[in-house]
Amino acid sequence: MHANNLLLLLLAFVAAAFYVGRGRANHIAKLAGGSRQLHSLPDYHGHYTALCCGLPAVLLLILWIIFSGHVISAMVLDSLPAGQFLGDPGGRELLANKIANIAQGVLPKANQPAILVAAAEELNRLTQISRWSVTALASCVSLVGLIWARSRITPELRSRPRVEASIRYALFFCACVAVFTTFGIIFSVLFESLQFFQSVPVVDFIFGLEWSPQTAIRDDQVGSSGSFGAVPLFVGTLLVSAVAMVVAVPIGLMSAIFLAEYAHKSVRAYAKPALEVLAGIPTVVYGFFAALTVAPFLRDLGQGYGFSVSSESALAAGLVMGVMIIPFISSLSDDVITAVPQSLRDGSLAMGATHSETVIRVVIPAALPGIVAGIMLAISRAIGETMIVVMASGLAANMTFNPLDSVTTVTVQIVTLLTGDQEFDSPKTLAAFALGLVLFLITLILNIIALKVVKRFREQYE
Amino acid sequence: MSKEPIYLEKIQRSLVGRYRAERVFRGCGMLAVSLGLAAVLLVFVDIFIKGTGAFSATYIALDVTYEKDLLGIENFADQRQVNSGDWEAVYKQALRRDFPDIRKRGERRKLYALVSSAAGYDIKDRLLANPGLLGSKETLWVLADDDIDSYYKSWLDGNAYTARLTDGQIRVLDTLINTERMQLRFNANFLTRGDSREPEQAGIWGAVIGSFLTLMLTLVLSFPVGIAAAVYLEEFAPKNKVTDFIEVNINNLAAVPSIIFGLLGLAIFINLFQIPRSIPVVGGLVLAVMTLPTIIITSRAAIKSVPPSIREAALGMGASRNQTVLHHVLPLALPGMLTGAIIGMARALGETAPLLMIGMVAFIVDIPAGFTDPATVLPVQIFLWADSPERAFIEKTSAAIMVLLGFLVTMNTSAVWLRKRLERRW
Repeated sequence: MHANNLLLLLLAFVAAAFYVGRGRANHIAKLAGGSRQLHSLPDYHGHYTALCCGLPAVLLLILWIIFSGHVISAMVLDSLPAGQFLGDPGGRELLANKIANIAQGVLPKANQPAILVAAAEELNRLTQISRWSVTALASCVSLVGLIWARSRITPELRSRPRVEASIRYALFFCACVAVFTTFGIIFSVLFESLQFFQSVPVVDFIFGLEWSPQTAIRDDQVGSSGSFGAVPLFVGTLLVSAVAMVVAVPIGLMSAIFLAEYAHKSVRAYAKPALEVLAGIPTVVYGFFAALTVAPFLRDLGQGYGFSVSSESALAAGLVMGVMIIPFISSLSDDVITAVPQSLRDGSLAMGATHSETVIRVVIPAALPGIVAGIMLAISRAIGETMIVVMASGLAANMTFNPLDSVTTVTVQIVTLLTGDQEFDSPKTLAAFALGLVLFLITLILNIIALKVVKRFREQYE
Repeated sequence: MSKEPIYLEKIQRSLVGRYRAERVFRGCGMLAVSLGLAAVLLVFVDIFIKGTGAFSATYIALDVTYEKDLLGIENFADQRQVNSGDWEAVYKQALRRDFPDIRKRGERRKLYALVSSAAGYDIKDRLLANPGLLGSKETLWVLADDDIDSYYKSWLDGNAYTARLTDGQIRVLDTLINTERMQLRFNANFLTRGDSREPEQAGIWGAVIGSFLTLMLTLVLSFPVGIAAAVYLEEFAPKNKVTDFIEVNINNLAAVPSIIFGLLGLAIFINLFQIPRSIPVVGGLVLAVMTLPTIIITSRAAIKSVPPSIREAALGMGASRNQTVLHHVLPLALPGMLTGAIIGMARALGETAPLLMIGMVAFIVDIPAGFTDPATVLPVQIFLWADSPERAFIEKTSAAIMVLLGFLVTMNTSAVWLRKRLERRW
């Protein structure tokens, strides 16, 4: 039976278990003289029975889904005569794939070696057996659970605490998904990066000045050894981010100050959400805007003044990225500026300072930690931003600090190295993971510091 | 005391400069806000101007004759005849009759190229729907090629774009325009078809469905888990190291660049779990993992805003902690959680980078029918079209962006509306 159908069957069992348990509890309550004699409400007894019925079977099913495929394919491969097909470990996987394809009818059975066809048939047979056996086993387990739970229902049975405890465990598990995700990210990125660093030394990667990730198909090809020095990428990333921050920090900060300190309530009510629209526009839209509107405009403008502006200049990508980041800085700064206590402003104004003097000399210094944290979050955002640079900046790894030139960034390289079908163990694809590791670490450090600062700032004033 | 007038005078004098500084500072603030708002306006207007063209397409009127010999068809019930029918011959013959002086082979081919290659299929569909037309004559509007579309639209604007046309083609087009046999009509193809290499046939429906399937999965996976995590952290979590660790993790994940989630999806879901590339299942998984922190954070805020008196009342009446949460806190926090979920979904809808990693950039013509069909999503479709060299794809891209922004605006306004409608002030 297919896993989905089995799940439906189990669901039916669980529903039945609920009604059986509740019915039993009602019956016992009637014998004992009303449901007040029970420790838990009949519904909780129903839930308890349902849990006993469903949980072990579902666990069994999950284990089966994870392991059955591997076990069966190992059994089939072991039944093949050794030597002939099993040259290297990679060949074993290929062979398993081939047999699976024959078994599913993806590859036609004709003109395949008879031994493989036989293996495919064996595979199908074993799969059938395993499906039926897991169906039978899961049904048995759930039925046993149902009967056992039903037999335990007495007026004293503490069903409610048990059900509630299991709900709490489920909630805890859900909260842990975020932790699993972090570990998943770390392990996936770290594991592949370590493989990469086996072929390219760490020092060459971090301090190398040349980036050309082509690897040869044949060993004797020209330029067969790609070079993986990531410094040009870091420089490009920094350049684009710097342009973005030059745009975003003054505009974002000044709008936050204006909206928090000067603007009339009604202006603020419309201008703030309107600015935040900028944060809601998908980055691919910004990328299109940068590549097709801003970049040609800058190129023509540069030609008019005699500059040569690359049509994939860092300036275009940076400008648009800065526009994207304005609302991050403005709303974070707005939050911290409004959190500065009114008494500080009143004190300054009472001493005869003008409004702008109060803002510059009192409010901003008081809000500075929060503002800096907001800027750090914005920088981490700029470094990790992908689509704008993928669409509007180039692929050539130039070492330059001239924003009119074309540069490439870490994220652009990750995307270009990993899009499309590629084999998974060449240094080229692994390099993308190493870049991902660098990106993850940098943004992680920026975020942790920024979040700490914000937290301390909040504690200070709230 | 005698110095006081001097101080006062000094202050009076300095006031001019200080008030000027005040005005400048205020002006800077206003300038910053207006720059930001101007940027919003600029992006929208730019996209709108570029994109509106894609909602109409150029059609050419031809006097066609559905001759049996020409089509090679006697009877529509015969599947073999239908399959081998020469549907394009219908419009080719009409073009030949209208422009008899074009005789050279190359020029003829250029003449036929005025009409989109989709026209043959349109004629086929029309005849299959109305078999009675066989043998009759009519004036049929057929879809023009994308270069003709660009030419006609730019001609209407007064600045004809002729770069990709031959002189012969332009003469033919001028004849067609002068005899009013060229027209802009509503481009239904754009909204109902899947992707295509030919700009005039390309549509966004496949991407819309792909986005819908992916988002459904994202919502189903991330909403319950997010709510459960938020409930645990707000209502049940003890104050200890484990809880702190979970919180730090969630806050950091919310700020991790989205492309990193693409790497996670590639390494874990595709390589380890062997889920095929390019399908909504893997896209939904990656986006779910990505939006989870957002949903947890907004849900926690919603739970926090339920006043403690509600909980205390329930506990005082003898409800257990679980009952308090399930019967009282959750229903009151649900509107806030829903708002958060919609905003999270809007963000997931616009997300592109992680989906590039997991192979959702494939060129897919068919409209996906299920969670395991290869699919692409709206933002990725925009990315693919933006990369295409054909001029006609620029307006397609802008129009697709308009559709995407339309969805986003709808989702966000409904979130705001929901919050306004269901929000309670305590």
